[in-house]
Amino acid sequence: MDFRLKALTKSIWVFHVSAGSCNNCDIEILDCLTPRFDVERFGIQLVGSVRHADALLVTGAMNKKSIPRLKKIYEQAPKPCVVVACGICAVSQNMFRYSYNVGEPLDKIIPVDVYIPGCPPKPEAIIAGIVKLVKKIRGK
Amino acid sequence: MDIRDKIKEKLGSKITGWHEHSSRRVYLNVSRQDIFGVAEFLFKQAALRFSTASATQIPSGFEIVYHFSHDASGTMYSVRVLLEGAEPPAVDSITPVCSAAEWIEREMWEMMGVNFKNHPNLKRLLLAEDWPDGNYPLRKKED
Amino acid sequence: MSHKVIIPIGPYHPLQEEPEFFQLYVEGEKVVDIDIIIGYNHRGIEKLSESKHFDQVAFLVERICGICSSSHPYAYVLAVEDILGGEAAVVPERAVYIRTVVDELQRIHSHLLWLGLAGHFIGYNTVWMWAWKYREPVLDLFEMVTGNRNNYAMLKVGGVRRDIKDEDIPVIKKTLDELVPAVKMFEGAVIDDPVIRARLEGVGILTREQAIDYSVVGPTARASGLDMDVRRDDPYGAYSRLDWNIIVEKTGDIFAKTVIRIREMQESIRIIRQCLDKLPPGAIDADVKDIPPGEGIGRVEAPRGECFHYIKSDGTNRPVRHKIRAPSYMNVASNKVAVIGGTISDATITLAAVDPCYCCTERVAVMRRDTGAKVMNGWDLIKLSQEKTARLKEEVNNGRIDRG
Repeated sequence: MDFRLKALTKSIWVFHVSAGSCNNCDIEILDCLTPRFDVERFGIQLVGSVRHADALLVTGAMNKKSIPRLKKIYEQAPKPCVVVACGICAVSQNMFRYSYNVGEPLDKIIPVDVYIPGCPPKPEAIIAGIVKLVKKIRGK
Repeated sequence: MDIRDKIKEKLGSKITGWHEHSSRRVYLNVSRQDIFGVAEFLFKQAALRFSTASATQIPSGFEIVYHFSHDASGTMYSVRVLLEGAEPPAVDSITPVCSAAEWIEREMWEMMGVNFKNHPNLKRLLLAEDWPDGNYPLRKKED
Repeated sequence: MSHKVIIPIGPYHPLQEEPEFFQLYVEGEKVVDIDIIIGYNHRGIEKLSESKHFDQVAFLVERICGICSSSHPYAYVLAVEDILGGEAAVVPERAVYIRTVVDELQRIHSHLLWLGLAGHFIGYNTVWMWAWKYREPVLDLFEMVTGNRNNYAMLKVGGVRRDIKDEDIPVIKKTLDELVPAVKMFEGAVIDDPVIRARLEGVGILTREQAIDYSVVGPTARASGLDMDVRRDDPYGAYSRLDWNIIVEKTGDIFAKTVIRIREMQESIRIIRQCLDKLPPGAIDADVKDIPPGEGIGRVEAPRGECFHYIKSDGTNRPVRHKIRAPSYMNVASNKVAVIGGTISDATITLAAVDPCYCCTERVAVMRRDTGAKVMNGWDLIKLSQEKTARLKEEVNNGRIDRG
């Protein structure tokens, strides 16, 4: 198991990207920062630049205009970078799959490590997904 | 004078059809040559609010419905313009008198392929720059 | 020779959840031009609607925007009910009241959300945390009544899908009772704080004429003196039977928009209480089977303003045409005039002041031809905004600004 990836699990800096979302997932992600859930006490922090990110939290159904930017952001993320598909749109495009303005599903564009379904997933579900990821990386 | 009567009086023969679906839903037809003047009257003199416009493909061509709201009475005055006949469909832009229409005309252009003459900024609004020309997503597909 | 600098805001700023793309053109500290580019969330919903049947469309439009999750379905079902003769003719009374309760709860959660974000943008992170903390019990109410914190799946043509149970009512009332002092606290915190007043008064002004020319709606319009509210003007729901006020301000600045949203929350609490007291017994669904050919318009006062849906039906079970116009589509366009002339430290809060529901509108991006060199991201711009507040705080404390 990659040493750097294991080190990640001490505190995770997360960069959030929306590629065509309705916003619900994005707000539930922000909700994780608020007092009731307060993920910052676990060292999970949203960062303002992808260059500081350990994890990419992606929402959205993969709107065509957003895909090139998403790819660029993934390229700029320092590796190793885990990708979390948050919400059923990011997981499998939800009811937008056959829209003219929606491209391929996220996991055909960049590799995805964690899938968190839900529309939107509750903050508890998002946190549970991140915890599963952390446990997996630690080899538990 | 009631706004309804005022509209009927001032627009006169420009109104080629008038249908009151209910007390707060009025649909009026005008021809494409008259829409600029009609929109100017409704927006500026009658001081209606421009809510939005909707373009629909119909068997004979296209129709654009401009939805104006008379907030004081809660009535929608929806002005229908038929664009029938040869392609490409085109009509005067009402943006010069109504800044609120700028975006929706751009959207109708890129989604339906209706040309808005004299629009100050007719370029893509929603679709990516590399969206293929001539591909209008809201049109019905030819079989 | 003026030095033009491009400052992009977005598209992926972490605290503005939606990707928007703003590029401002500045000369020195002043914004001289702004270009708006949207499209990053366009998912082709109007087209998708044509392939769904009328019952499915409600689920689809719910996901236009997560924050106004009941406004879009409500406007949609009103449009279809318009074809059938109108909500009052079709929908059972109990369902009308339930719709009103859900819509007003949504207004409260949406305004609290905005208050939190606005607080963050001007450097009051405690406002953010407190506003979102008080938002949670409202989301709990949604979960209790509808089954989900967001995306309620409550509305259908002819009624609602779920009832408010008798045992839910005291729980809702208790949460509202606890919200009242919280909103009062926010009201005091904003209106009585000289730093916030200095920060927001006179900033990002949209004049009455500009508001009319851009046909803005909602609090954005009411802040500029335009007395409009779909709940009163084109009544739907139970509003015409309840006692409530429309809040209008005259200055057109961000302070006015803030005051309006806070006071609207107080009105929403009053409205919900009245609905719960007056909730009539009976059916919650008219069990509509067929939609005849015709066209209908439905509109509701979403937290951001008039949400407009137009439906054309040909008698089959799918819409022929579904036109959706979210309130932010009109309001965000007005940023073109509201931001120009202001400073870059005010840009973020001005852009946010219309409470852009980006998913509804499709991301506004302000753009123009390339000129300058220096590039700052949204994070930096927010910092600028927060720094301005810190400076003002000092000036107020030193008595250099009198805000008595």
